[in-house]
Amino acid sequence: MSSDKVLLDYGSGGRASQRLISELFIKHFANPELERLNDAAAFNIDGKISMSTDSFTVDPIFFPGGDIGSLAVHGTVNDVAMLGAIPKYLTCAYIIEEGFPMADLEKVVISMSEAVKDAGVAIVTGDTKVVPKGAIDKIFINTTGVGQIVADPMPSGDRATVGDAVLISGTMGDHGLTVLGTRGGISLESNVMSDSAALNHLLVKLVQEIPDVHVFRDPTRGGLATTLNEITTASNVCCELEESSIPVKPEVVGGCSILGLDPLYLANEGKFLCILPQKYAEQALEIMRADKHGKDACQIGNITDANPGKVILVTPLGGRRLLNMLEGEQLPRIC
Amino acid sequence: MSLKVLEQFKNPELCKKLLDCLNKEIEKEIRFMEVCGTHTVAIFRSGLHSVLPEKVIHLSGPGCPVCVTHESEVNAFLDLAGKDGVIIATFGDLIKVPGKKGHCLKNAQADGARVEIIYSPFDALEIARKNPNDTVVFLGVGFETTAPAIAATVMMAKEQKIDNFKVLSFHKLVPPALDVLISDPETMIDGFLLPGHVSTVIGIHPYDFIGAKYGTPAVVTGFEPVDILQALLQMVRSMKEEHPKVINQYQRGVSEYGNPKAVEVMYQVFESSDALWRGIGLIPNSGLEFSDKYESFDAKKVFDLKIGECPSLPGCKCGDVLKGKMTPEKCPLFGKACTPASPVGPCMVSTEGSCAAYFKYKVD
Repeated sequence: MSSDKVLLDYGSGGRASQRLISELFIKHFANPELERLNDAAAFNIDGKISMSTDSFTVDPIFFPGGDIGSLAVHGTVNDVAMLGAIPKYLTCAYIIEEGFPMADLEKVVISMSEAVKDAGVAIVTGDTKVVPKGAIDKIFINTTGVGQIVADPMPSGDRATVGDAVLISGTMGDHGLTVLGTRGGISLESNVMSDSAALNHLLVKLVQEIPDVHVFRDPTRGGLATTLNEITTASNVCCELEESSIPVKPEVVGGCSILGLDPLYLANEGKFLCILPQKYAEQALEIMRADKHGKDACQIGNITDANPGKVILVTPLGGRRLLNMLEGEQLPRIC
Repeated sequence: MSLKVLEQFKNPELCKKLLDCLNKEIEKEIRFMEVCGTHTVAIFRSGLHSVLPEKVIHLSGPGCPVCVTHESEVNAFLDLAGKDGVIIATFGDLIKVPGKKGHCLKNAQADGARVEIIYSPFDALEIARKNPNDTVVFLGVGFETTAPAIAATVMMAKEQKIDNFKVLSFHKLVPPALDVLISDPETMIDGFLLPGHVSTVIGIHPYDFIGAKYGTPAVVTGFEPVDILQALLQMVRSMKEEHPKVINQYQRGVSEYGNPKAVEVMYQVFESSDALWRGIGLIPNSGLEFSDKYESFDAKKVFDLKIGECPSLPGCKCGDVLKGKMTPEKCPLFGKACTPASPVGPCMVSTEGSCAAYFKYKVD
């Protein structure tokens, strides 16, 4: 590109836009459907479709373990896959602040293209807008994904049933603490890294080998606590968790302790909850543990009828307390 | 301290042994107050609240800095937010505290006020350095725990001639408030769990009067379940003495005389003054005002702010909760008109507020 910064011209729809599209996006996202440069993408998918959209506005855009580009792929691929679907195609819309460094844009695009290859999906259509300096914070990316649902019956948030086991694929809070810890003004020195990853291959393996998975859900914003509350409300059941079974890395526990945060409310971008009949729990855990994205998988609780709509945490002391939904955002406290 | 060492203070078997001892040794009902909001949350989060003996009645005290910030003080900083050329720098807890007509800093921010959430007062100084044409007002809310760091920041600002940094000092001092609480016959407090964080600064002796003057046991305590249970056991044993001495359970964090250097820094910049406490009222010598030497950093003087009594929020019982006269669930607004999504009083706003803890953690 002729400029080292993104200029308003690149969003004009004229030649500058075309250069940006051909020399950056098509170069890295290369696939036949995208290269046609039609107004829309044409593709075939048989049967029931899973579709999801998400906008990514993370700050900072580069963080240990990932960046806004890979995150924009992982987030949407995972959402599509949570219905027991094979994600196939993505759309991708960039909104870029005027003056954004071209080198950073290319880093984000390359990261996105690698994430797409890893997930086995294709970006088939997209859009680029450049807005005046100050109108947004650096760069926003929206992705929409579609996939083919292969699970029958389909996992769904309202299918948690009394007697089910609650499984988690790994440690909680890694992504949330990483992003907060690298934000301006905090500079938390820690080895913790984002867990951002595409989970679709593992999720598909689970639904293909286990006859009936009731719920898949990724505990992203709001973390494990909020996600489980959504499920217990939708299914009108109680979820009883053993606090000591919930995996949290020691460095996340330490970082949260310093900042006054609770890891069970922190976002995760490479983990999922799996709720299914207890009789399939061991089989599911074996499948999960054999995959790099599920090596720390474990059972953390059960679905009961004790307090419908609520999530109860049984503490190591044997005490019982509510694990409520997050209200607003977690904030650092005074002392 | 390593996490491994800290883990020992959560050990369930040790907790069970301490609980058994507590059950054996407790002879009559005791109403204990944990003064500190962090203790309140620790008692609920660890599940201790649901396993304590029935004879142990748990009251929350005035140790959440957000909760004791007076309505007039909240209104003062809300008035400042949105003024041309003013950037408010604050710890996160204060962002949702409602003032007059339910207005809070979060609303002010949406209306265009410049509000920065920071993790350390030094961050506020940095904002001042980067914005020389604006005035950065740091909301100095908190107890003896945070006051020394804020004082050190003011000293640094003076040394580096950063004149656009100001502090709204609404600091509160814990010991004078406890004197007022014990003197109130309606509170019926049998013992205090004292805030470990405050004692890291002031040590344990400023609390000597609790045992000497009132014969009430008091234990400076850490924040893990083992700490709290051991402190309760020490409190039960101490109740048998006529003039119990303040006990330091939190010896790994608190030395007998605290941190004299921190106290010295605090009193170089500030001097004690009368202060308004929400729900309690005016308590002599329970606040910190700027000393003459540092008055150019005093946001109250610079902006000519008048802080005085103002009407309490109608129906809000936060005052009674802070004084241990009422548990949060007894408040008619609890969980109905007053929830974390739409808080009426500060005890429901703060993450360390007792109403928020009851709402968030209590099962039945």
